[in-house]
Amino acid sequence: MTRLERSEKLIRLSLLIIAFSAVSVLAVITVFIFEQGTPVLFKYGFKNFLLGLDWYPGEKSFGLLPMIIGSLLVTLGALVVGVPLGLACAVTLTEFSSKRVRQVVKPMIELLAGIPSVVYGFIGVVILVPFIRRTLGGPGLSVLAASIILGIMILPTIISISMDSFTALPKTYREGSIALGATRWQTVRLVLFPAARSGIIASIILGMGRAVGETMAVIMIAGNAATIPRSLLAPVRTLTSNIALEMGYASGDHRQALFATGVILFIIIMILNTAANMTSRKRKG
Amino acid sequence: MNRVEIRAEGFSHFFGEIQNLKSISLEILAHEILGIIGPSGSGKSTFLRALNRLNDLVPGSRVEGLLEVQGQDIYAPGTSIVGLRRKLGMVFATPVPLPRSIYENIAFGPKMAGVKNRQKLDDLVEDSLRKTALWDEVKDRLEQSANKLSGGQQQRLCLARILALRPDFILLDEPSSGLDPISTMKIEESLRQLKSGFTIILVTNNTKQAARVSDRTAFFLMGELVEVGETGRMFTAPSDPRTNDYISGRFG
Amino acid sequence: MRIDPRKGQAVARAWLWVLTAVTVFILFFIIFYILRKGLPVINSAFLTKNPEDMGKAGGIFSTIIGTIALTFMAILMATPLGVGTAIFLTEYTAQNRLTRIIRFGSECLAGIPSIIFGLFGFILFVTKLGFGWSILSGGLTLSFMILPTIIRTSEEALRAVPQCYREVSYSVGGTKWQTVTRVVLPSALPGIATGVILSVGRSIGETAAVIFTAGSALRLPTSLFSSSRTMSVHFYILAREGISMSNAYGTAAVLIIAVLAINFAAYSLMNRFMKRYS
Repeated sequence: MTRLERSEKLIRLSLLIIAFSAVSVLAVITVFIFEQGTPVLFKYGFKNFLLGLDWYPGEKSFGLLPMIIGSLLVTLGALVVGVPLGLACAVTLTEFSSKRVRQVVKPMIELLAGIPSVVYGFIGVVILVPFIRRTLGGPGLSVLAASIILGIMILPTIISISMDSFTALPKTYREGSIALGATRWQTVRLVLFPAARSGIIASIILGMGRAVGETMAVIMIAGNAATIPRSLLAPVRTLTSNIALEMGYASGDHRQALFATGVILFIIIMILNTAANMTSRKRKG
Repeated sequence: MNRVEIRAEGFSHFFGEIQNLKSISLEILAHEILGIIGPSGSGKSTFLRALNRLNDLVPGSRVEGLLEVQGQDIYAPGTSIVGLRRKLGMVFATPVPLPRSIYENIAFGPKMAGVKNRQKLDDLVEDSLRKTALWDEVKDRLEQSANKLSGGQQQRLCLARILALRPDFILLDEPSSGLDPISTMKIEESLRQLKSGFTIILVTNNTKQAARVSDRTAFFLMGELVEVGETGRMFTAPSDPRTNDYISGRFG
Repeated sequence: MRIDPRKGQAVARAWLWVLTAVTVFILFFIIFYILRKGLPVINSAFLTKNPEDMGKAGGIFSTIIGTIALTFMAILMATPLGVGTAIFLTEYTAQNRLTRIIRFGSECLAGIPSIIFGLFGFILFVTKLGFGWSILSGGLTLSFMILPTIIRTSEEALRAVPQCYREVSYSVGGTKWQTVTRVVLPSALPGIATGVILSVGRSIGETAAVIFTAGSALRLPTSLFSSSRTMSVHFYILAREGISMSNAYGTAAVLIIAVLAINFAAYSLMNRFMKRYS
């Protein structure tokens, strides 16, 4: 065996260490967040955190329910806005336009995925919020505003991944359906959509993950009132905004409570991630 | 009688549970061209790749028995696989020029072996290209991308690429399967000329090619070595009926 | 009542095109609006002078430097780690449980919201390790954020290299490491570079993780341990505190132009890379 071949073993070991370090980053983050957040969860009671209605850190009251509902509402709203628009766009671009249109528009949409979230939030503040206030009433800073802006933010994700799912479908699906006399729209509705279902669902789950995790834009337009919103026009606070808003000045139990918020957020995201993984593995398997 | 360069004794190869070489016993002599023929799936390529341990790249690859090259068991622990592969150069069925210049393609192997001297590399490149009758065709465009060569030229480039390492053996795995007759002829002519300096093993699906070029021919069928012998005899009066059936085209 | 499928298709197509047009319009409107309001604010003074009066006057120079410093640090740390991991996963292991664990971990990392990275960076780097609000803390945190992207794009780039190239290298006596460095990596480089460039774009726009780790100091940073404000943080503060709308637009315009230019470069590279192998 040459000396070069012996050093191959060393190289493999080094790369193994590198790979493991990369992944242990995830472990470290998880450990830290949980280490900081769980003690206070137990101190004040898990149920109180999850179901408590009042978030008054000054009085040691750490009820996260308004924020949990806030995250849920805003995410759902984002899906209501983003999924129909996104899927419509994806279908139009893959099934009803020429290759040239697709080659031009798809990269442009993916470019837009790079726009920082603070910019989206800003647009929301200067254009959308006053508009809602003028036409629909209320403070403008609302569930509605957040849902619309978040929905727009997740559009590139949904469009891009759904488009990939559609283009990955074999040509024979379309040809077979047309050969049977179906129109292209019928083909899309009855053949392609069901076939691309797991890819579409994966894109939706990924979009959902992005919406749940969004912080800066939401802070700018959602109003940040720590109460359960009574209507679409009421202000709302999400789990993420909760952390970002108070982290700057929190201390002691208050700070730990924000970490606890992080723990709950983390768990939600992990669930979504695993769901997305399972759906896309079903597609491949 | 030439000395034995390669000796297989009861050599078997497995991919996981599937056995694709069944106890091969065969001797390959110095400076001969040995043709290996047989239908698809007979284990010809597997045997060739066992010689330079290229099968090791496939997970689940396993061997039993003895395979010796120049007296050394090549599957013994501690064998230098790198040295082995330089000694047994392989040309594949599809020409694979690397995405670089003609010069860099030929210099690729020697550079990895540690040759740094520019003059030495130049000499190796010219020598290898002359041996494959490519020199005159490309000497003015050595810096050009190898992809610009024709299929036949690319295959001769691949042959030159391994010659630059000064191997003892040349292994060819259906080298002209994608080539036109003229390029095939050029390759076969190169082999005849190279014979005096190398031991050549040629796996081919084309029995007529084996008949044209090889000194001895071995017939593989379903992982077994059915028969081996002097080419003239193999093609006119083979001992085993299966050999006769294959050569006469009754199956394959 | 049965609708003629062709009429149904006509209606559907009309709707689809309307929705698509709306979507594309919204997305482009955002860029157009910011640029229209922000471009007039940008001049050489804006780009070369530091913020004055809490950002009401002056330019954004220190934030540009802060952004560059942070992004550079993040890329510097994440690229070797990410590419090394990708090389290990594609060239040195078969598809087994180990690789699945590593890949799952990487994908989970990719899904973690930036605010959690901010929390984590704050606890570990700013507080426990005592780096304080600094470029170091921010850069480290950002590098963890972009790591999954670099791993994923590098893996794809490595996998796209044809297997026959590796075979050729091995068959002329190359070791695995020689094969990786002389044949596989050079061919995969455009794809890997694309991933790195995309990560640069993401780092520039990142706010939540940066605010809690690099702080928001307006001064020009002097060392790795200086706190520094990035363009996106500056923009956020200007907008939210209502300090200066025009400067906010200007900062946003610079941000958008930078991100779009970077992403455009990445996609051009990726296209050239795809053309070579399809």
